[in-house]
Amino acid sequence: MNTVDQRELPSDARVLEADRPSSKYIDIPASQALRLDCDQRLGPFRIAYETYGELNAAKSNAILVCHALTGDQYVASKNPVTGKPGWWETMIGEGKPIDTNRFFVICPNILGGCLGSTGPASINPETGKAWGLGFPVITIGDMVDAQVRLIDHLGIEQLFCVAGGSMGGMQVLEWAARYKERVFCAMPIATAAWHSSQNIAFHEVGRQAVMADPDWCQGRYQEFGKTPRNGLAVARMAAHITYLSEEALHRKFGRSLQDLSAKSFSFNADFQVESYLRHQGSTFVDRFDANSYLYITRAMDYFDLAAEHGDVLANAFKGTKTRFCVVSFTSDWLYPTRESRDIVQALNAVAANVSFVEIESDKGHDAFLLDEPELFATVTGFLNAAAAKRGLTPAKGKR
Amino acid sequence: MLAPNAFRQHRVDHLLIAQMVAPGSRVLDVGCGDGALLQLLADTKEVDGRGIEVSRERVNACVARGLSVIQGDADRDLDDYPDGAFDYAILSLTIQATRQPKAVLEQLLRIGRRAIVSFPNFGHWRVRSQLLLTGRMPVNEHLPDSWYVSPNAHLCTIKDFVDLCRVVDARVERAVAFNSWGRQLGTWIPLTAHNMLGEKAVFMLARK
Repeated sequence: MNTVDQRELPSDARVLEADRPSSKYIDIPASQALRLDCDQRLGPFRIAYETYGELNAAKSNAILVCHALTGDQYVASKNPVTGKPGWWETMIGEGKPIDTNRFFVICPNILGGCLGSTGPASINPETGKAWGLGFPVITIGDMVDAQVRLIDHLGIEQLFCVAGGSMGGMQVLEWAARYKERVFCAMPIATAAWHSSQNIAFHEVGRQAVMADPDWCQGRYQEFGKTPRNGLAVARMAAHITYLSEEALHRKFGRSLQDLSAKSFSFNADFQVESYLRHQGSTFVDRFDANSYLYITRAMDYFDLAAEHGDVLANAFKGTKTRFCVVSFTSDWLYPTRESRDIVQALNAVAANVSFVEIESDKGHDAFLLDEPELFATVTGFLNAAAAKRGLTPAKGKR
Repeated sequence: MLAPNAFRQHRVDHLLIAQMVAPGSRVLDVGCGDGALLQLLADTKEVDGRGIEVSRERVNACVARGLSVIQGDADRDLDDYPDGAFDYAILSLTIQATRQPKAVLEQLLRIGRRAIVSFPNFGHWRVRSQLLLTGRMPVNEHLPDSWYVSPNAHLCTIKDFVDLCRVVDARVERAVAFNSWGRQLGTWIPLTAHNMLGEKAVFMLARK
């Protein structure tokens, strides 16, 4: 770690967290290097993670929560960079649907992320500089393989549940496909078994915006003490639109003007929706690394669970004993219900134990992160039934 | 095990189906509604149960109570399942609401080693007399909706169903009819009498 040259780096919290996470972490030695899907080896590497609740003696009550594109390990505790509450605190905590009185929740920062797990913003031990574009292109499968090292380290043979939304859901599916025996039940939420052409297209817009920013410096901005703020902010603005729905945008903003009584006849943020998006863009830049954004969006684009299994999605789940609960939202046009149905269809084709719930919401893709009582009821019911099958006792103080 | 007052809590056809199903078997309930039958089978027979239900609200309620249920349609989604995936494929009071009862029954016999079908008997004397005397489509507690809002697209009599079993080459392993008081009719009664006195019927079928 003495290779970090502070003079070349902006000393903000985000950059510090990339190499010195305030969460727990494990360093995987080179002897346990990952064989990545691109055929390169990666190791040593670090996985930063948080845990909530207690692992029982039988190590049978662990729930792995996989985060989405711009998520992190702070799923149910304060994010050290933004100071904001955990991103799924509505779902996870004492007495919540994923009840930490009963379950041991593990949330790792993904491989390629920028809050402590090894990624392009981390220092490459071989060069002493940030990996930048020298970081290998990773896949969802690689992220999962890296998480397996963490689960091994924690001595957990079988996870009680793997859960996650959006890209987190992709990891859930990959876990269920690659490590069938190690997943008792799985909750892929608002996700798909492959990234659609439209989704790849949106990601490409985002990446091009980052790379068009002169401060990106061909990916070497950290060396020059710069940040491609504008490019990354535009990428986030475009992506943010895809997380909402037309109805939600209209309800929230309509055509209302921002602190104005009349149009300004300029290119200022006249409309509330513009001002909102600009705010989303600029706060995102403060907490996320631009190269990380490139790598993770790429990993999502490459995700195609059917292609990994001879173009037949059902093959990915052949012989599975895992209990599945697939969830989609009516107004999610980024990962529409149709794509969840494809997953359900494949699971039915192997007669897997599957529940599928489509939840009515006008909040778009982001609904999975929001206060959706029907989602909470689904998760609670599914986990309770699965826990009974697994022989887990109810939470303390509740019968 | 069933509580003594189970007869008041559960539908008679559900109780009979629960008798027919072997413990620990794999069961698919097509059109599982609020999940009452699946719950009964889970509680009394410890089955590995799955359900399909067309109404999103009911599906969500089923999953919230811990049942493995998906939103789907008997006419469209049975195709997905492999042959012989279940010990029993059940269609309880649902066949009359499908668009293609014959195709659905064939699917049930393909997916399940046995198919169990219950349906309201349109040949029951009260139905016949309502039609005869009022000249209108019968409406009663088992057929509560007027014809223009009823989901029941293909009502049939017990005799009609026996004919269908012949058409799809199914062997009838058991057939039971219930009278208006929920009592099983004696097996010694001829088919014509079942068709007249039975308000609901439950058939267990297998491929020939």
